Amino acid sequence: MTISQEDIKKIAHLARINISSDESILLEKKLTGIMELIDQMQKVDTDGVEPMSHALNISQPLRDDQVTESDIRKKTMPLAPETQESLFIVPQVIE
Amino acid sequence: MLNLSLKQLSQQLREKAFSSEELTRFFLDRIKKHNDRLNAFITINEEESLSMAKKADITIANGNQSLFTGIPIAQKDIFCADGWRTTCGSKMLENFVAPYNATVIQNFNDAGAINLGKTNMDEFAMGSSNETSYFGAVKNPWNLEYVPGGSSGGSASAVAARLAPAATGTDTGGSIRQPASLCGFTGLKPTYGLVSRYGMIAFASSLDQAGPMAPSAEDCAMMLNVMASHDIKDSTSLPHPKEDYMTSLGDSIDGLRIGIPKEFFGEGLDSEVQKIIEDAILEYQKMGAEIVDISLPNSELAIPVYYVIAPAEASSNLSRYDGVRYGYRTKEYDDLMDMYFKTRQEGFGDEVKRRILIGTYVLSAGYYDAYYLKAQKIRQLISNDFAQAFQKCDVIMGPSAPSAAFKAGEKKEDPLAMYLQDIYTISTNLAGLPAMSIPAGFTKDLPVGLQLIGNYFSEGHLLNVAHQFQLSTEWHRKIPKEID
Repeated sequence: MTISQEDIKKIAHLARINISSDESILLEKKLTGIMELIDQMQKVDTDGVEPMSHALNISQPLRDDQVTESDIRKKTMPLAPETQESLFIVPQVIE
Repeated sequence: MLNLSLKQLSQQLREKAFSSEELTRFFLDRIKKHNDRLNAFITINEEESLSMAKKADITIANGNQSLFTGIPIAQKDIFCADGWRTTCGSKMLENFVAPYNATVIQNFNDAGAINLGKTNMDEFAMGSSNETSYFGAVKNPWNLEYVPGGSSGGSASAVAARLAPAATGTDTGGSIRQPASLCGFTGLKPTYGLVSRYGMIAFASSLDQAGPMAPSAEDCAMMLNVMASHDIKDSTSLPHPKEDYMTSLGDSIDGLRIGIPKEFFGEGLDSEVQKIIEDAILEYQKMGAEIVDISLPNSELAIPVYYVIAPAEASSNLSRYDGVRYGYRTKEYDDLMDMYFKTRQEGFGDEVKRRILIGTYVLSAGYYDAYYLKAQKIRQLISNDFAQAFQKCDVIMGPSAPSAAFKAGEKKEDPLAMYLQDIYTISTNLAGLPAMSIPAGFTKDLPVGLQLIGNYFSEGHLLNVAHQFQLSTEWHRKIPKEID
């Protein structure tokens, strides 16, 4: 699988990362190299094999929906780049 | 204080040979003296460390101490520690001060340990040489022109140079074991789910696992006692009963069946490393172990599978860095989209961007079955290989890394060559098995590690197998000459 300039443009958009045209040219070779490595998988016959997502196949535990943590807003809000009272400020989205 | 084991430090603190404050100051002074050259630590907070030490001294004076009270531990900068800057080696989190404790940090605090500082690492734990850190490359104390391995390179450099008695690390594809091998000490990646991931900044959630990094297996056993805990805040944490990993140290290993996978001794393995590993296995035979030839036929697929699963999970995990709630935000932008795009362009380094892009690609519409699903199926085959092997043997041994440390800059611009560093470690992350690296010798004055892989939850046994080797060898006691 070769990664084209068009592919890079598309996935960079999906990933919300600006890629300059210089960067994009360098990336083409490196990403294609990585995809060639990954393509070694395609020679393996996996018919009938169950996909594995967890080593010990545990199921997700459930708990009651109860408040267990105290309010740490005073500690977390100052970590944001821009806030007003208890709100995060972002550029205007809705006219 | 420099060469005492964690157990000896604990005993001397209890006997008041020195105070925790003196001990903590001793290591802080060593960090001050050597960190300019090694770059092992990103953040030091002398005031906070000493304040913790003074509290530990009061606990000791009152006779209420536990085994860890007053012992300073260096923490990989991937663990959130309340009030400490926690960067994960990234510009994205350069000024992030964690508002809560990771469970690993909380466990050490509860045990009375001292946070000695936050260690350098590859950005978001993506790398095998600690050259991708926004805070600069870490040096290998055995030779400053060489890399310490990664991604837990700062912890590795700190332990090897004895800037800390021990440190924590995390291992997604080899990030504890490969640096332990390259820096000459003992490192353990536990069974997936044994140590809580809560507050440990996520890279690839189905693979990430924290573990101890310290000179000896005994030290690692003492640390794992603190680190392992079932945690309801991490849904993948396993309800495994609490064990004392120190109790099995001392068991006989007579009749131990050591599986040697032929795939770990093929092309790509440095011949001197191979000789050292064979000699170490011979040492085990002298202790009464038997050798069993085994095969892990799908192990050559571990790297391709890993470079689908890890980037896919990373692309999802790292989508949280959007410049809104915390972390870096670009200075000038036109609208919300522009803010996201520039924030992530400027905040992430090259390797992180590459992995996000690969992960986005393999998960994008039309490719999911061909890549992510295919990788999960082969992951099952890799896991099945281990299950079959463990029917014939008790522990699997081989090299931790294909070579000793390499020169800084040598592989930095060649991701594929860098990825091969983890060729022997990745398969155990995919299977979720526990594995260790222990010092086994030197080639051209650089350390080489022997890898030990065990079955699920066999940490106690694995640590004893490592401990028995360390009772009859001195490799884990060697300290680099350059650092006094």
